[in-house]
Amino acid sequence: MTHWLIAPILIPLLGGILQVFMGYAPISLRRTLAIATTVLILVSAAVLLAIASDGNYRIYAFGNWQPPFGIVLVLDRLAALMLVLTAVLGLFCHIYASGGADEGNRQFHGLFLFQLMGLNIAFLTGDLFNLFVAFEVLLIASYGLLMHGGGTTRTVPGLHYVVLNLAGSALFLISVGMIYSVTGTLNMADLAVKIPQVTGSNLNLVKAGGMMLLVVFGLKAAILPLCFWLPKAYARATAPVAALFAVMTKVGVYAIIRVYPLIFGEGAGELANLGMDWLFPLALVTLSMGVIGALGAGNLKTLVAWQVIISVGTLLAPIALGSVAGLSAALFYLVSTTWTVAALFLVSELVANQRGTAADSIVTAPKMRHRTFLSVLFLIGAVAAAGLPPLSGFFGKLLILQSVEPGAEMAWLWGVLLVGGFLTLIAYSRAGSIVFWWNVDGHLETPEPMNNRVAVSTGILTCLTMLIVVFAGPLSDYTRATAEQLYDNRGYINILQTPMHVPPNTLVGR
Amino acid sequence: MELLFALVIGALTASGVYLLLRARTFPVIMGLTLLSYGVNLFLFATGRLATGQQPVIGTAASYSDPLPQALVLTAIVIGFAMTAFLVVLSLRNLADNDNDHVDGQRRKTPPSKQEKEATGK
Repeated sequence: MTHWLIAPILIPLLGGILQVFMGYAPISLRRTLAIATTVLILVSAAVLLAIASDGNYRIYAFGNWQPPFGIVLVLDRLAALMLVLTAVLGLFCHIYASGGADEGNRQFHGLFLFQLMGLNIAFLTGDLFNLFVAFEVLLIASYGLLMHGGGTTRTVPGLHYVVLNLAGSALFLISVGMIYSVTGTLNMADLAVKIPQVTGSNLNLVKAGGMMLLVVFGLKAAILPLCFWLPKAYARATAPVAALFAVMTKVGVYAIIRVYPLIFGEGAGELANLGMDWLFPLALVTLSMGVIGALGAGNLKTLVAWQVIISVGTLLAPIALGSVAGLSAALFYLVSTTWTVAALFLVSELVANQRGTAADSIVTAPKMRHRTFLSVLFLIGAVAAAGLPPLSGFFGKLLILQSVEPGAEMAWLWGVLLVGGFLTLIAYSRAGSIVFWWNVDGHLETPEPMNNRVAVSTGILTCLTMLIVVFAGPLSDYTRATAEQLYDNRGYINILQTPMHVPPNTLVGR
Repeated sequence: MELLFALVIGALTASGVYLLLRARTFPVIMGLTLLSYGVNLFLFATGRLATGQQPVIGTAASYSDPLPQALVLTAIVIGFAMTAFLVVLSLRNLADNDNDHVDGQRRKTPPSKQEKEATGK
């Protein structure tokens, strides 16, 4: 049993506890330790990626209890990919935050690390109830982070966010209870074995449970009827927090990818592909709604928040079609869009800091101090987000378009995605030209110059989209292998056979 | 017993959802609390309702399932922490907006003369 699996959870836990007790230490010491912790998380995530890339499943059984009796962590390609994605994002957001955004709340770094811990538990866990606990851990940290920085404008969106998520948690528990009452297990591998055997009147109970679970994941992912909380909450949060939240909706998408192909996959008998015929139209409508919101956005952060919704719609449409190529394309796009959206949040905040009272509103204002630097970053981010060549968003969308089989679904997906992409481009060019090009005469009180940490972290996070283009080949090979692994759930089920009394060897063949 | 149990869960959940849709934060918090009571009872019932059985396999012909109790315990702890946070947040909302409306609307009528003098604004 390899102990590396617990590292991405233990490192932020210990680092976060340390921060809790260091509330009154000098801020430079707290920053150094916090960023060192985030670097360690990235290192452990990279090690896990290297371990997972051979396509075998590794499990970490708490207390050495044989699954399905104990809680297990499961590492596969998808979990490793999500861990690295989050760790890279977390590192740059954290460096940005240490450029000044972390002042004003002594517990900022602790909350930030606990948030990363909750995300990592969600990605690694192999138990449905443990997934609920992971959601709660990352949510309670996110409540604190959302309120960080004060200001009365954050109270009301924060209240909405908390109430909505508490109602979501109640739904999660009800659906978990419904599934447990029939199957008698919550281990995901065991569920994949038990659900195909469900018959008779129990079938409807599991079906209802599975559909309610989809509603919960849809709420986290912000699918259309459940997405209106997102723009307000994200647009009001501090930039590094909003950027980290770019991965929060992806947790909902991750949960859908993890649970549905595994438990309600092709082999699930009467429950096969549960909910996927609902997901496809909803994803397209979500995409359209996001585009409409982006066109109507009054400031840069709201525009980027709607971009989060656009990317959720773009991601879920190919996933709902249930092909290996579609899922592989979606995973490629997921990496690209998460980093791009996060970078755009950071750029918007930098723009807002340079424009006095105009802040990030899309209105004309006197020329800002670092106009060239910021406008180039915004251009790169916007091109990647709208999906224009030569940046990674284009390749992600291209793979998604290619993955659809000819038919009615193809017509719908191509139509919505291409028209949506065009309208997104209009939204970004309107925002960019007003904010960066149309300057009025006037004098701004000279704002403080950007410090290096803020500028460097935003710059690198923005340029990651180019890095994805350079490594597009290996990345798409990896996402393809991930998708194949996800749709072949025999390997995952085999973790139940892992012998527990022989410690050194926990390799399970596919 | 099953009927009574189901009715209690139904009543708690229905009142919880009704209160959750109110416009003031206090009923919303009460609604969430009732909803979580309903959910906890529901989770408890997933292990089947039985009395006088031991949670140990092999000691009797049938046994009671201890796992839902562990789940309920976890859910209670988490729900308690979240409710506490929500109470603090809604107090903050009240302080920020002079109003406990969930959308934080400021009151429409300007404060009267006596109030202005009393608060010194």
